[in-house]
Amino acid sequence: MNDAAASPIRGIEAIVVGASAGGVEALLSIFGELPQGFALPIIAVLHLPDERRSQLAEVFARRLRIPVREARDKEAIEPGTLYFAGPGYHLSVEQDRSLSLSQEERVHHSRPSIDFLFTSAADAYGSGLLAILLTGANQDGARGLAYVKQQHGITVVQDPAEARVDVMPRAALALQTPDHILTLGRIGSLLVLLESTPC
Amino acid sequence: MEKSSDIELRLLIEAIYLKYSYDFRDYSGASVKRRVAHAMRQFDCATISALQERVLHDPAAFMQLLQFLTIPVSEMFRDPSHFLAIRQEVVPLLKTYPSIKIWIAGCSTGEEVYSMAILLREEGLLERTIIYATDINPASLDKAKQGIFSLENVRAYTSNYQQAGGQRSFADYYTAAYDYAIFDKTLRENVTFADHSLATDSVFSETQLISCRNVLIYFNKKLQDRAFGLFHESLCHRGFLVLGSKETLDFSGYSKHFEPLVKQERIYRKS
Repeated sequence: MNDAAASPIRGIEAIVVGASAGGVEALLSIFGELPQGFALPIIAVLHLPDERRSQLAEVFARRLRIPVREARDKEAIEPGTLYFAGPGYHLSVEQDRSLSLSQEERVHHSRPSIDFLFTSAADAYGSGLLAILLTGANQDGARGLAYVKQQHGITVVQDPAEARVDVMPRAALALQTPDHILTLGRIGSLLVLLESTPC
Repeated sequence: MEKSSDIELRLLIEAIYLKYSYDFRDYSGASVKRRVAHAMRQFDCATISALQERVLHDPAAFMQLLQFLTIPVSEMFRDPSHFLAIRQEVVPLLKTYPSIKIWIAGCSTGEEVYSMAILLREEGLLERTIIYATDINPASLDKAKQGIFSLENVRAYTSNYQQAGGQRSFADYYTAAYDYAIFDKTLRENVTFADHSLATDSVFSETQLISCRNVLIYFNKKLQDRAFGLFHESLCHRGFLVLGSKETLDFSGYSKHFEPLVKQERIYRKS
């Protein structure tokens, strides 16, 4: 296992995060230390029951020091903002680094799909992408994470020993060896460190 | 340096446009790329170029590919609160017109058409309404014309219908046969199903209401603006435009030509 803190990651332009069961606590943990004025955009898919209106953005906005919004179709990605995929639609990153929504079939019973977000973001950002896969009870995200690595992005998987539900991180590890396998605490420190090492 | 697969994708989209006049050039790229990748697996083609070779020389193969390129994901009374708002806020104004023309743009397999027809019948408006239901996919239009949906799905639509302010039993509108629900054909007596592309065709009628839901998300901003331009041209003075729950005029140059009537439900009015 690499020690991320000892080898700072440079050249990251955007962060994508995927999580499922146990994800709310995990995301609050890794984003909790982000300082006001954090410069990188973060785009997150958190599987939720398919409710019509999600409160995720509101919940996280109250707890974090960075702006948090539900992603809107054709919106330009702004630095320092955390975007959540809303329920019922897939969220993608376009080549011009805007966000887009779609309603294709579910992936691993999920819409939004982590695979779709990760794959499209890897196409848009290439080696400038940091992708993080956390706790979860299905296999969505594993293929997307492998694709991020193929496109020379940096991949991080939550240490399955620590994950609330380890199916998702283990599925990712079964497909490829990520750059880092880290606890939530260390992922949080890594994100803060990204901020202090401009490319 | 551009990736070979990206070059191939652009060439395929260009080839489809040149050969078959279907214009996907200004569709949102990420979704098109996924759908082409999905089609490649179904066609057992190792590269996009191989797929292009197939569809350029075989119109039947192209029609198969078109089924992958369009997204027939729909429901009846999808977003019930949207239909409730149409019933409460738009219908009273529509009732002031002696005759009504409605355009359902990108009607896919017809779920939105039957939803609208049922709503209009319950409000006593269907008999004086003409509905134009358009789509680029002939197979979807055929399905829409038949009005036959899986009974399992229709059961799921029943709660949508009730939440949308439905006044009867949803089963009054269809006959169940085996695993299918056959919808009352009088619902489509005043419906004209037609092939129309928001990317390449122009306006064909003046309308009082246009419903275009979960279509524009597949377009880039340029094509969205083209569609908004067509809607603006087709709508009568103070006509209504209704969009999908995640679609908005906010990022468009046409936003100043429309005003929100029920913003939360994506109901706009030409200003």
